[in-house]
Amino acid sequence: MSVAIAKTQEIIDDILKVYPEKTRKKRALHIKPNDTSGGCPVKSNMKSIPGVMTARGCAYAGSKGVVWGPVKDMVHLSHGPVGCGHYSWATRRNLASGKPGVDNFVPFHFTSDFQERDIVYGGDKRLETILREIKTLFPLAKGITIQSECPIGLIGDDIEAVAKKMTKEMGIPIVPVRCEGFRGVSQSLGHHIANDSIRDHVLGKKKLEEKTPYDVALIGDYNIGGDAWAVKELLEEIGYRVVSIWSGDGTLDGLSVTPDVKLNIIHCYRSMNYICRHMEEKYGIPWMEVNFFGPSKIKASLRKLAERFDDSIKEKTEEVIKRHESEMQKVIDKYRSRLEGKKIMLYVGGLRPRHTIGAFEDLGMEIIGAGYEFGHSDDYTRTYPMLKEGVVLFDDVTHYEFEELVKKLKPDLVASGIKEKYVFQKMGLPFRQMHSWDYSGPYHGWKGFSIFARDMDMAINSPTWGLINPPWKE
Amino acid sequence: MSCTEIMEWVNTKEYQELNFKREALVINPPKACQPLGAIFCAAGFEGTLPFVHGSQGCAAYFRNNLSRHFREPFSAVSTSMTEDAAVFGGMNNLIEGLQNSYSIYKPKVIAISTSCMAEVIGDDLNSFILKARELNVIPKDIPIPFAHTPSFVGSHINGYDNMLKAILLNLTDGKKGSKNNKINIIPGFDPYVANIREIKRMLNLMGVEYTVLSDNSDVLDSPQNGNFEMYPGGTKLEDTADSINGIATIGLQKFSTMQTIKFIQESFGHEGLSIYPPIGIKATDGFLMKIKKLTGRTIPEELEIERGRAVDAATDAHQYIHGKRFAVFGDPDEVFGIVNFLLEMGGEPVHILTATGTKQFGEEMKVLLGSSPYGKLANLYTGKDLWHLRSLLMTEPVDMLIGDSHGKWAARDAGIPLLRIGYPIFDRVNLHRYPTIGYQGVINLITWIANTFIDEVDRKSDDAHFELLR
Ligand code: SF4
Ligand code: SF4
Repeated sequence: MSVAIAKTQEIIDDILKVYPEKTRKKRALHIKPNDTSGGCPVKSNMKSIPGVMTARGCAYAGSKGVVWGPVKDMVHLSHGPVGCGHYSWATRRNLASGKPGVDNFVPFHFTSDFQERDIVYGGDKRLETILREIKTLFPLAKGITIQSECPIGLIGDDIEAVAKKMTKEMGIPIVPVRCEGFRGVSQSLGHHIANDSIRDHVLGKKKLEEKTPYDVALIGDYNIGGDAWAVKELLEEIGYRVVSIWSGDGTLDGLSVTPDVKLNIIHCYRSMNYICRHMEEKYGIPWMEVNFFGPSKIKASLRKLAERFDDSIKEKTEEVIKRHESEMQKVIDKYRSRLEGKKIMLYVGGLRPRHTIGAFEDLGMEIIGAGYEFGHSDDYTRTYPMLKEGVVLFDDVTHYEFEELVKKLKPDLVASGIKEKYVFQKMGLPFRQMHSWDYSGPYHGWKGFSIFARDMDMAINSPTWGLINPPWKE
Repeated sequence: MSCTEIMEWVNTKEYQELNFKREALVINPPKACQPLGAIFCAAGFEGTLPFVHGSQGCAAYFRNNLSRHFREPFSAVSTSMTEDAAVFGGMNNLIEGLQNSYSIYKPKVIAISTSCMAEVIGDDLNSFILKARELNVIPKDIPIPFAHTPSFVGSHINGYDNMLKAILLNLTDGKKGSKNNKINIIPGFDPYVANIREIKRMLNLMGVEYTVLSDNSDVLDSPQNGNFEMYPGGTKLEDTADSINGIATIGLQKFSTMQTIKFIQESFGHEGLSIYPPIGIKATDGFLMKIKKLTGRTIPEELEIERGRAVDAATDAHQYIHGKRFAVFGDPDEVFGIVNFLLEMGGEPVHILTATGTKQFGEEMKVLLGSSPYGKLANLYTGKDLWHLRSLLMTEPVDMLIGDSHGKWAARDAGIPLLRIGYPIFDRVNLHRYPTIGYQGVINLITWIANTFIDEVDRKSDDAHFELLR
């Protein structure tokens, strides 16, 4: 065991002491010093322990909130009581073009608002009425998804039968999604279930009318603060044709024609690798993981992509990289001296704890801890080599553990979610929300990097941190 | 129909009729679910850990939601029930959850509410808690109030009510003793921390002794001093226990305190009543007079001067509000308060909409509107949503929409400003730090409403009409 590993392990052991024995043993599997040899892997994708204060959400959040919600020309019905849909109502910043309520339903909360009678007698009858009412009031809705909340699976409603019947009656696809929150251990299973429902009800139902050799789909970009638009612009500058985005600013037709593309470019691996694997198996479409955070990773990703295409794309790629080089260097020149050596701790969903590392490094910052809310072992395997030996890795970290780790390791910035934000800010620590870009963005693409750099600088170097201690206390 | 045709069509009377014919579909309802209100209430007590029994996604959503509105940490645990709990029940999750949360977060009280899953499978909280105590996984004497808070009944305001009742039931049990001299104040589901502070300030000026039951003003507005505290305030447990010996209890909202007030009337042996929130001059007058009557204290000159200043603000600014047409939506109590305030300013509520709302609410609103010549135009819609409201705004336009942040799309489509009042407010900072109640609240409301109208005039004026004086 290296010194770095031993030192981190000591800190971890100390933190875990507070737990009852059974809990301590379980949690110990999830917090580990990074062993670059991969020798001591972090356990992941396991049940959260009751009472510890996990940040995780549920399968419904993974399906309605992440995968389906951004598909803009469909109505996504939160089926069950009012709450789940209320909290996920327009809170994920999936930007979408189009007129809300006419041909864009992203900023809406459609719910069946279950009452006691629905729990007792079942909601299938009302569901039919609801679907008809949607069709009447929103004639441009291209389809409807039924996003099941916890009670649906418990009361034995047959939403599949209703969906089948109503698809026939209404002539638009009605997609039942069994993403009840109690399924699985986190949002992650919801991603998978949603992927499968697209596969079963949407994929390949339409053909791409005109094909070109440069047709690609951008998979797993949810257009948070305009991310997908920044990536689309970047790819199109090179000569790719982005036929479909999964699912930021997405459309039903865009999803269905995807099997006609030449390559699937996947950004959020965690939430959409399933559909890529399926398209590879069934349609022989290759897929490639890319990273559009920060110039180093963007360049590497573009070159890797170009390998799959002809010389014109390869040339164009170099040209475009060159074109943006000076603009990126300007960003680095402006911010790097202000951020050099700053230490970061990252705790996000299933992708960003590794994908943003390069962007931080481009600015001279160092990751001293990283964790996933709902990563799997393949996410961790991809992460080990990106971090120094001994860096602490934490899976489904509890509120208590995170707070203690931060106190001991003293990062200069914590990058995580809304539930964590004010905890660490109260500790006097700079913080950025990394799910919502703290209401900023885009962070993807060339454009995104300059915003990312500005935001990190703003957080770390804000003069407001210097106001905390009253002068009479110094 | 093409896209442009539909864009027009959704603004028509014809569309409105179809829209109001809806029987089952609900679109953009301005209400959250019970457990959110329950944990909001629980957080208002000293050292109390809100504990949600059910699947974990709900608790994550509640915490997100509350943190976004207050821009503060919000701690709550869940029992992370999954598929096996659906089959075997959630007892093991609850017991393990109690043991873990106690050892990590050392609460003085654990306040349990339920999310849908636990309610649908019918978990018996009481027996599970007894079992946990039997197994010695938590200290014998730690209070564990619990409330069933099914989300398929009512909304967040009922969750608040159920939790508060449960906490009082638990903490006052066996505490009946000699009378103290205090009056108990229940703020209700009030998203303005400054309102609790304002109530306390007014009571202090009157020299009234009081206990605010569920005082989350310090919990949801803690100072930035370089330390994170998990339990930064709340009603003292001793004071809570002693509330049973107070001289009276008054709820500052009616519909988020119904069960609690009923419980108090039955078991505290003192007067328990609830009023609409003291929003506006007359409602504040009424509140102070009520306190005067209950406690025998006089209303000091200081408050009278304050009142005079608020009335001065009203007379100074009446011209910006008088005759303006308003649409108001939100929780029944707050909507009632705002409508009352508009009427006394000469503003004309036109559309009044709530997602919940009982028959009693409808009747009392009717009386209120009937009491003022400015209430003539108003229509009340209960059990409706913001898509209904959008239709109303398009076919019968108003000058301003008042409600929470979710109203921003309807307001934008109607080309009118949204004045953000209520819960949640996600897209403006610090509003919860300004009171909407009391005489100070009157000044704030007038300032916000009048200045918003004036801003609109400035923004919309051409060069010729762009003036210094407004
Ligand atoms: S499952 Fe029930 S308790 Fe949970 S968020 Fe949804 S409505 Fe609320
Ligand atoms: S980036 Fe993270 S939060 Fe976003 S979808 Fe992927 S895993 Fe989820």
